[in-house]
Amino acid sequence: MGGREATMVLLDENGIRCDGRKIDETRKITIKAGVLKNADGSAYIEFGDNKILVGIFGPRDVHPKHMSDTDTGILRVRYHMEPFSVTERKRPAPSRREIEISKVIKEALEPAVMLEKFPRTAVDVFIEVLQADGGTRCAALAAASVALADAGIPMRDMVAACASGKVADTIVLDVNNEEDQAGQADMPIGYMPNLEKITLLQLDGVLTPEEYKKCVDVGVNGCKLVYEIQKKALSDKYFGNGKD
Amino acid sequence: MENKRKYVIPGDLVTTGPFRPEQNVVLEGKKIISTSIGITEIYDDSVRVISLTGKYIPKIDDLVIGKVISHTSLSWELDINSCYAGFLPAQDVFGRDFSAHADELSSKLKTGDLVAARIANFDRTRDPLITISDRDLGKIDSGSLVKISPSKVPRLIGKRGSMIQMIEQATNAAVTIGQNGWVVISCESPEGLLKAKKAIQMVNEKAHVANLTDQVKEMLESKGES
Repeated sequence: MGGREATMVLLDENGIRCDGRKIDETRKITIKAGVLKNADGSAYIEFGDNKILVGIFGPRDVHPKHMSDTDTGILRVRYHMEPFSVTERKRPAPSRREIEISKVIKEALEPAVMLEKFPRTAVDVFIEVLQADGGTRCAALAAASVALADAGIPMRDMVAACASGKVADTIVLDVNNEEDQAGQADMPIGYMPNLEKITLLQLDGVLTPEEYKKCVDVGVNGCKLVYEIQKKALSDKYFGNGKD
Repeated sequence: MENKRKYVIPGDLVTTGPFRPEQNVVLEGKKIISTSIGITEIYDDSVRVISLTGKYIPKIDDLVIGKVISHTSLSWELDINSCYAGFLPAQDVFGRDFSAHADELSSKLKTGDLVAARIANFDRTRDPLITISDRDLGKIDSGSLVKISPSKVPRLIGKRGSMIQMIEQATNAAVTIGQNGWVVISCESPEGLLKAKKAIQMVNEKAHVANLTDQVKEMLESKGES
């Protein structure tokens, strides 16, 4: 991390990145809602080479009972990477990193979902990363939000997510795995586009105050692009392309 | 007042102005925002979104179909296809002079029995209280259970009951629709039963299609000839 010498050219003189994108371009994103029959809600996202499946159960009874809250429903999130999702087999037990990502995704979704309508219940979000290529937490968050809407959980707004970062001294949108490894900073952002509120913001790396502001702006713009794709995924399923 | 319907997803602006927010909408500042995937309905003074997805949430006075899952010496517990279990007190069935010593609950309703019931009381602090002491309520002795998505129940009923009346007339079946998405069909003839079942499943799958009533009618009539 931080100014390590890169063996590959991360950004050439024409402003083209290592995978052929421009600095303000996201990878190809496709989302499909309602892909699982047995879950109450589900979504599948392909975010560049990331492939993530999300299933939702709930609202339903809380087990163990002592976890339930008489005032509100609770949200439980499990982010899990398949052993085959990375180049070297990952042990399937939850790692420290997965526990952290589960927690940040839960906290990024909580401002949007209105679980106070369902006291004494739980909504379970299961995120399975089938293939990882940098930026899985953002992709997972975007898919989880589509799956929650598909499950009919009341939400104040969708949560869109996208990362931005600093690569070769330039602020870029949607950092991929190579840029994350060799770049200088990585900033995942979760954003509610209609309420204009940020629900997730992490930063790994060093940025000056100016760069930080620019990085947030670039990331938020990326979230707005992701939001359009989320919208399309839901209207494809529910309105048969005929939205508005 | 223009009553234009619009498709919305969570976070979408439904309208602004002095409206009363009803189902599936929330007031954020001056904006009324949808909280669900659905179709907007704007009335003279209120706004609501008809949700196209989601689990059944009990509402007082709803007719539901429940399945007995267990009983204690004082009450039954019913699965009503919701996140909460229905609570049916024994007094409701045995009457005022119910005695926990003398009366055996399983003599009236056993685990696995289907019951047509009404939500008598429900609030966020308690599980829904249900009652069967009313006309047309109580244990269901015969019929076939079909499970559909609770959000599609209004579609199955249709405008002023048009859809369900049509299915009933075409098949000679008696259909009891629970608001929780469970439907019981009873019919003298097996063909009518199968046809009614098929029609109901068709409504469940094609709820978003515009002229569904005609399509269902066509299906009912075409099968009748063969």
